[in-house]
Amino acid sequence: MTRYLLVKLVEALVAIWGVVTIVFFVSRVLGDPAVLLLPVGASQQDLDTLRAGLGLDRPILEQYVISLFAMLRGDFGISFQHNRPAMDVVLERMPATFELAGTALLFGTLIGAVAGAIAALKRGTISEFIVMIAALLGQATPVFWLGIMLILLFSVDLGWLPTGGSGTIAHLVLPGLTLSVFVSASIARLLRSSLLDIMREDYVRTARAKGLMPRTVFFWHIARNALIPVVTMIGIIAGELLGGSVVIETVFAWPGVGRIIMQGIQAQDFPVIQAGVALVAAIFILVNLLVDLLYGVLDPRIRRR
Amino acid sequence: MKSFFLALLKSRAGLFGFVLVVIFVLAALLAPYLGLPVPTRSNLVARMSAPTWTGLFSPGAHPLGTDELGRDILSRIVYGSRVTLTIAAAAVVLGGIAGTLLGIVAGYYRGMVDRVLMRIVDIQLALPLMLLALLVIAALGPSTTNLIIVLALTSWLRYARIIRGQVLALREREFILSAHAIGASTWRIMIKHLLPNVITPALVIATLELARIIIMDAALSFLGLGVQPPNPSWGRMLADGRVYISTAWWIVTFPGIAILLTVLSVNLLGDWLRDYFDPKLRTTR
Repeated sequence: MTRYLLVKLVEALVAIWGVVTIVFFVSRVLGDPAVLLLPVGASQQDLDTLRAGLGLDRPILEQYVISLFAMLRGDFGISFQHNRPAMDVVLERMPATFELAGTALLFGTLIGAVAGAIAALKRGTISEFIVMIAALLGQATPVFWLGIMLILLFSVDLGWLPTGGSGTIAHLVLPGLTLSVFVSASIARLLRSSLLDIMREDYVRTARAKGLMPRTVFFWHIARNALIPVVTMIGIIAGELLGGSVVIETVFAWPGVGRIIMQGIQAQDFPVIQAGVALVAAIFILVNLLVDLLYGVLDPRIRRR
Repeated sequence: MKSFFLALLKSRAGLFGFVLVVIFVLAALLAPYLGLPVPTRSNLVARMSAPTWTGLFSPGAHPLGTDELGRDILSRIVYGSRVTLTIAAAAVVLGGIAGTLLGIVAGYYRGMVDRVLMRIVDIQLALPLMLLALLVIAALGPSTTNLIIVLALTSWLRYARIIRGQVLALREREFILSAHAIGASTWRIMIKHLLPNVITPALVIATLELARIIIMDAALSFLGLGVQPPNPSWGRMLADGRVYISTAWWIVTFPGIAILLTVLSVNLLGDWLRDYFDPKLRTTR
């Protein structure tokens, strides 16, 4: 187990390094921040001074090594737009993103799990049909359009909820609901097919044949094994949601990480882009590490490997 | 081929998806001959007119209404489908070819090549796809070509992973060993012997990827990073129509339904293809 953990940790670190490297070089292609920072018509001398001050006049590889070491210390530079450490700017947005991602994940998983289980257990009934149609529609609907439609219904027509912004529970309802639909659709479909696969296994028949209660068979023999792919899926979705759903945050003017990265891209604010993407990637990798560990709990075979 | 269509006829969902896909592709191909108004021609007198179903075939009819510049929404959706489907198809082909070939190379050579490629896949998987797409588009600038490149870039790893797994198993099989023994070149083994055996899973992945890419294309266009105006694109129509949500619901509603139906039909077809060809692929993502 320790070895398994160590390997996974090293892999995670390599992945974070790779992401930071990609982001460094891609954002250097974005444009020259010195030009953006100075007013129009600034002299070449001003430009050179500023570039030297920001370290942008050094060779690109030197800049890369310098910023790599700085990033190790959590120093991503000063945001050009906000004139504060970029990591602080990004971290401030984390609570909003956590709030939204947590809500969507909680409700989405609950609804999806119940719906998926119903669809599998009530095979061939109208319940299965309804769940599957709903899940198919949920997966095919572009989330941002769903968000707009919900705004149209609940904010414009009925006037019950705010169209965007954050701060109260009322603000959380629509973006949370929008993302939950997407989450629950994926989970319902996956859990259903996973349950149906497991139910056909020989050991399930054995468990039934030896007279175990149906509930025991379901929870201890079927559900536990059917959850393995679902846990992977939840990990992937959690990572994506924690990365800030850029589009949903834009639709609902939600002040999360996705939106600050998007704004950073528009303003060519390299430090914010780097800090944001590095943070998102780190969270994503961490979540997947947790998923790997959870596997060990669900499936002891993996632990021994 | 015959048994393929017989099986398709038996599956209601698969058939439904297939028929819809055919209709959408035909509409996109035949758009200029459908008698639709010019999608980019504005008509300020008729701006933001609500959908009307009376006199459906008269020249001035707008069955789905008009937008803020008086352009016919139905026509923009149909012409938009040409743009969307071309971009999505190009991205799927590009990503599919790259991913499949890299998957074959990784699975066949194993060792260092395999390890490096899979590490790249892992690194890319550590970045949410949307974020990667945003970064690259921001760096390259928004254009149709760049959009295709970015979408393909988010797609290749899905092929690479699954195809690699298949090739790892295939390369130990007798027909590959014997091809090797009679002195076939590596290139020949990969193209003549391995590729035909992984083409079916690649096609199944491609169909499912097509649906994902259509949504992602719409999302990027919605953020203003996709196809540039005045070309109609579904995501852009949604973004522009959002402003008028309280006065003209139809502008923002119908392009979304177009995306939904397209993605739904491609998904249904893809699911069916997967179950038909290889149910084993089901739990792999």
